[in-house]
Amino acid sequence: MIHDFGIVWLHVDLLVSGLANTVILSVSAALSALLIGALVSTVLVRRAHVAGHIVRCLIDVARCTPFLLFAYLIYYGLPSLGVRFDNWGAGMVALIVYHSAYMAEILGAAWLALPRDTIEAGHAFGYSGLRLFRRIVMPPLALNAAPIIGNQIIQIVKDSAFLTIIALPELTNAASAIQSQYFVPFAAFITAMLLYWALCLVVEAGVSVLGRMADARR
Amino acid sequence: MNRMHSPTKMDDSRAVLNIIGLSKSFGSLQVLDNVSFSVAAGETVCLLGPSGSGKSTLLRCINWLERPDRGRVLLNGEQVGVSNAGVVMSDRDLARMRMRIGMVFQHFALWPHLTVLQNVMEAPVHVQRRPKDAVREEAEALLRRVGMYEKRDAFPARLSGGQKQRIGIARALAMKPELLLFDEPTSALDPELVGEVLAVMRDLASEGMTMVVVTHEMNFAREAASRIAFMDRGGIVESAAPDVFFSAPATERARQFLQRYSAAADRSLASS
Repeated sequence: MIHDFGIVWLHVDLLVSGLANTVILSVSAALSALLIGALVSTVLVRRAHVAGHIVRCLIDVARCTPFLLFAYLIYYGLPSLGVRFDNWGAGMVALIVYHSAYMAEILGAAWLALPRDTIEAGHAFGYSGLRLFRRIVMPPLALNAAPIIGNQIIQIVKDSAFLTIIALPELTNAASAIQSQYFVPFAAFITAMLLYWALCLVVEAGVSVLGRMADARR
Repeated sequence: MNRMHSPTKMDDSRAVLNIIGLSKSFGSLQVLDNVSFSVAAGETVCLLGPSGSGKSTLLRCINWLERPDRGRVLLNGEQVGVSNAGVVMSDRDLARMRMRIGMVFQHFALWPHLTVLQNVMEAPVHVQRRPKDAVREEAEALLRRVGMYEKRDAFPARLSGGQKQRIGIARALAMKPELLLFDEPTSALDPELVGEVLAVMRDLASEGMTMVVVTHEMNFAREAASRIAFMDRGGIVESAAPDVFFSAPATERARQFLQRYSAAADRSLASS
């Protein structure tokens, strides 16, 4: 068994580049999904508006679709509509679009839960548009929603593993490659698992910093 | 409706605030019915009246937090909410007018993510774009003045209602407003905290700040107001100096209102 881990260690460069790709995928997907989710949530909170209903419906469809199926759809399905991505493009698009739906849902709910009167005070003091959002709405919203956003980012990290099926060389793909070549499945997968855990610890550390900031303000 | 017209003796061109023919309905409920009145520089006008009489709505129409259906609001001669061309202002232009009108809210509405000092500095720095160092000095002076300097680095959630409201006043003053609006500033406070807020407001009134105050604090209105505007059923029924209003109200509705109030005050005295 120790020997197996030795073999994995010999191919640590593969794992490191897999881990790096997972980080690249997760970080860019998380940032893009947050940004797009924030934009979409501005439509989502307009409950009475028809655009709000349409967006809510689309988000519901996204939430009820397994991510694996969604990735298949982007990579194998879209070419029949003439939209063709390489595996990186398809993986990135799948992660971003899918998780933007969740982020919009999270941010929209957090927005509606904000006390109205502080936003009204913003209007009264001469804030409007983007400045109102950036200075008055966003900061308390981010603090309140940080734990749920953190969970969603962990979900993004885990969903990126599905992209091994479209041959994206991320961490699960790397572990799988090592185990199939050297027949060390336990050691390879356990190592990958620990690396995913380490990634999640980083996310959780970030959330707990924001959580302490939020607590100081409650 | 019989309604006495407010005996505004001053020349309207000198008025800080001029409200002309303001009407507002929520659905089928008419909350304001053709209200006109003005406030001269340095005046403290207390809006009194039974709940539901339209006081808060009138106050909130002044800076267009509520959009009036009809009528005009003029701040130092410039119309709020409607451009010279007669169309509704863009959000940006409306915001530019709003920052000239300070507002103090019933439930404080401090920004929870900012410290006390940051709350006071926020809009002068980020809306009015004044230099940060100068604003900091002014903000610290204002906090000293309302007795909250020691708490400058605390977050609002850790403070009492009275402390929050004094910060709310400092935050409004930091904008150097031409007019200061108070929407029931002591209604959400525990009785023992009301005094500290009223003391700050009395100081402002005596220093000549132009203020419109919606309140149920009759003693404050009697002592600090330069004029009482009594509202009932969406209109200003009576407008008079406080000594006149409280000793010899001109209308039956004002008399009834004052009787109910003194009866309620007697009851609370008897029960305490």
